Amino acid sequence: MAKQNPIVEVKNLNHNYRKGSGGDFLVLDNINLTLYEDEIVCLLGRSGAGKSTLLRSISGLIQPTEGSITVQNLPVTGPREGVAMVFQSFALFPWLTVLENVEIGLKAQYIAPEERHRRAINAIDLIGLDGYESAFPRELSGGMQQRVGLARALVIKPYLLLMDEPFSELDVLTAEILRADLLDLWIEGRLTIKSILMVTHNIEEAVLMADRILLFGSNPGHIKDEIKISIPYPRNRLSPEFRSLVDDIYEKMTSQSTPLPSKDTVFPGTGIGIVLPNVSTNILQGLVETLDQNYHGQADLPKLSESLNADGGGEILQIAETLQLFRFCELDGADIRLTKKGLEFAAGDIDQRKKLFKEHLNTYIPLAARIRSILDERRDHIAPMSRFRDEIEDYMPEMSAENTLKTVIGWARYAELFAYNEQTEKFYLE
Amino acid sequence: MRPTLNKILKTRVSAFLKQSKFFPNSYDFIALLLFMTLLALIAINAESIHQPIAKLETNPITLSIYNLPRYALNTTFRMFAAIILSLIFTFTVATLAAKSKRAEKLIIPALDILQSVPVLGFLTFTVTFFMGLFPGNQIGVEIASIFAVFTAQAWNMAFSFYQSLRTVPQDLRESSAQFRLNAWQKFWNLEVPFAIPGLVWNIMMSMSGSWFFVVASEAISVGNTQISLPGIGSWLGLAIQQKDLAAVLWATLAMAIVIILYDQIIFRPIVAWSERFNMGQTASQLQAKSWVYTVIKKTSVLAMITKPLKKLGNVLLDIKWPFKEKGFHYVSEQEIRTNKILDILWLTLLSLFVACSLVFLIWYLHMGGINAKAIIDVTVLGAITLLRVMILVLLASLIWVPVGVLVGLRPSLVAWLQPVAQFLAAFPANILFPFAVVVIVKYKLNPDIWLSPLMILGTQWYIFFNVIAGVSAFPNDLKEAANIYQVRSWTWWREVILPGILPYYITGALTATGGSWNASIIAEIVRWGNTTLQAHGLGAYITTATIAGEIHKVVLGVGIMSVFVIVINKFFWRRLYTYSANLTGLD
Repeated sequence: MAKQNPIVEVKNLNHNYRKGSGGDFLVLDNINLTLYEDEIVCLLGRSGAGKSTLLRSISGLIQPTEGSITVQNLPVTGPREGVAMVFQSFALFPWLTVLENVEIGLKAQYIAPEERHRRAINAIDLIGLDGYESAFPRELSGGMQQRVGLARALVIKPYLLLMDEPFSELDVLTAEILRADLLDLWIEGRLTIKSILMVTHNIEEAVLMADRILLFGSNPGHIKDEIKISIPYPRNRLSPEFRSLVDDIYEKMTSQSTPLPSKDTVFPGTGIGIVLPNVSTNILQGLVETLDQNYHGQADLPKLSESLNADGGGEILQIAETLQLFRFCELDGADIRLTKKGLEFAAGDIDQRKKLFKEHLNTYIPLAARIRSILDERRDHIAPMSRFRDEIEDYMPEMSAENTLKTVIGWARYAELFAYNEQTEKFYLE
Repeated sequence: MRPTLNKILKTRVSAFLKQSKFFPNSYDFIALLLFMTLLALIAINAESIHQPIAKLETNPITLSIYNLPRYALNTTFRMFAAIILSLIFTFTVATLAAKSKRAEKLIIPALDILQSVPVLGFLTFTVTFFMGLFPGNQIGVEIASIFAVFTAQAWNMAFSFYQSLRTVPQDLRESSAQFRLNAWQKFWNLEVPFAIPGLVWNIMMSMSGSWFFVVASEAISVGNTQISLPGIGSWLGLAIQQKDLAAVLWATLAMAIVIILYDQIIFRPIVAWSERFNMGQTASQLQAKSWVYTVIKKTSVLAMITKPLKKLGNVLLDIKWPFKEKGFHYVSEQEIRTNKILDILWLTLLSLFVACSLVFLIWYLHMGGINAKAIIDVTVLGAITLLRVMILVLLASLIWVPVGVLVGLRPSLVAWLQPVAQFLAAFPANILFPFAVVVIVKYKLNPDIWLSPLMILGTQWYIFFNVIAGVSAFPNDLKEAANIYQVRSWTWWREVILPGILPYYITGALTATGGSWNASIIAEIVRWGNTTLQAHGLGAYITTATIAGEIHKVVLGVGIMSVFVIVINKFFWRRLYTYSANLTGLD
């Protein structure tokens, strides 16, 4: 397997996010990867880690800051013929019918109308869409829309298929069927595709589909680990080897944060520059309560994820890590355990919880502490939001800065640490 | 489960194929009739416009009722020509602005200003210009009139198109790049379709605003030149001159019929068709209905006519342009450097251009004998008109916001009052002016006060139908919640409905304000036979200067009015809108 032809080669790739002023923000750090013929590779990591940026660099949609990318031994300088992409949001043209959507890539290649039509019909049949040719995307369910996305990609007879979280917008059952159908086509050798590169944050999905998983670490995005999977297809989620592999990956994904309380966080950034995930206080409380009541304060993450019907663990992991940031729980391998304070939080009533949350917010979330201390210093106890936004934008892209502030505002409102007026965009003390 | 579903669909498809007729049906005859009528109308119209001016003078406008349909037709075609012109402008200039950063720097501020300039003030310049281009032929005046209507339509259409091009969703842009559509294919497959809903809405707004201008621009007098193009506007002018109230009534009727037909035959089908381009709508949300569109969709004769057109369209879409695709390649350091240099050059050129035109303008006004005192005087006149506009919009709001809310809460009323409000907004109010003038003359009322309502006569309806739209869009569960907690009377208005419809109201009030400024040019000075009534204000100033042929004063007046409109739009309406949109979470 290892000795086969490389389809994609990425060498020493760096990607900077250019800011308006000041320095650059590193999104991808020294990425090296090779994709061989006949394999499915999954890029697995939490959202915001730069996986999609890497995928878009390989597709030629984004020009990397440094490093080289070759596809079939030719350097990438832009979107290439024979490379197809499937999008998370499906990215179908709403004003074109299913047939016209599938034909679009062939049109770009100036293939004659009759030939175009014939090939499109074939792709539609292959992917199980026959009968839907004249429907518009809005008439279809999400699963059917993504089938159109797949047909549109397959019809141009690509040798490389890039997929960006293709199943994450679908419900659990639909996603399962689509994965199975695609795998069937792949295994039966009915595709022209020589290899598939897929981005996902869903651990089980990666284990289900990949020959190789590249674990993606964040801050900045880098490849942390490589896991080869030799379980034959079709893979059974309940088989012991599948389960142990999933547990293994959970452990690897949380591993960097094991040495608690010394380390700041698993989230990108340090100090006030931590990129905070969009996790509401309701969800945090919900997980603490579940752990306390159903699991006696300690649980196995994969099992927990399954029982909560979360999507392959990515989501639960994020919530768990946020709780860890607050020191309400600790992650140990694939296990999660409530801390003493976490148990106290679970036992408290509304006011006690708020009080505890406020304490921890002010102690362990540097950005919240900083806003509070500035407000305390000022005589009128008012400070503009833009001041903090500018400050944290030195550490992260604009989008993340905005989300981080949104998160911190939500937490602070619950904890009554400080208040925020959306109209005037100012923080104040009540 | 999947095979069964497929089966069902397949039987449906074959049933549909059997149904679709290869023989003409009743719909076909209707469609054919519509089509042939259109051809005949075009022929009649073409005959009447290509005439030397001499013939226009020997064959002047008459108030004969037999001529009125033909005049209405001429007026309609002027509107048609203008909208086609506006579309061409939109597709070229707005596209250029969206694609080229350099062109954008010039075009967008220009569009922004032109949007707020009182269009009627232009008439003086354009008539002189186009008559010079085609001396002695009616075509020159015809083009001047069409151009005037064009200036009332084009800017907001172009602006909307530009904004759509700039906001094409990232994933669709990526997928068309990934599948290597070239710029030409991307334009027609992605950018134009995405822009269509916004464009259609803006065409509708443009058209409803511009009937007013067609009527106003047909009877043109600049200095010694006086031209009456055959059309409803000229008919109206003559009726006013001859104090013929019956003829004014006929013009009202003719205009009403024209607008209704235009709406039914042209506009509604287009709106119904354009719904398929809306992003993120599910099938059940499509709702615009149009009997003409239904006819067109159901016929096979029409398909036979449009099929070759479609084929031609496909051939055009498949054209292989020889130029290299920029988007398919990385940008090299060299290119970045050259671009920077070109940018600096371009900016310098633009600044020079702006400086030169400023110097020229000052010189021009100075040569025309316009001094600081004149500027102050005109600004004072502007302030008077501003006061008038603001009071009128306030009064109209006090009436139409409550009425609009009450109507909007009753869906059965909305269904037939919303189109009526839209019709009233489109109806050129200047046709109704004479009725008011007769009353003012008869009772010797103060023109400074009583001419004012004319300014808002046509534009108040924008407030009305926007409020209705706002109430209809107001979430039902919020209404129910307010009901359950028994939020009543004043509290209900203040806490529930008024904040909820604020962005809609502001859109309406902004449009009404802009329209009123424009209307002031013909509403502040009116005639009935030999009697002239004049109010103090900037509008009257511009019109007086136009009639006297004092171009310098017209330039000054239009300039000052534009400044007023722009400042109020920027510092009042747009801020208010942003505030209210934030409040209600609308974009």
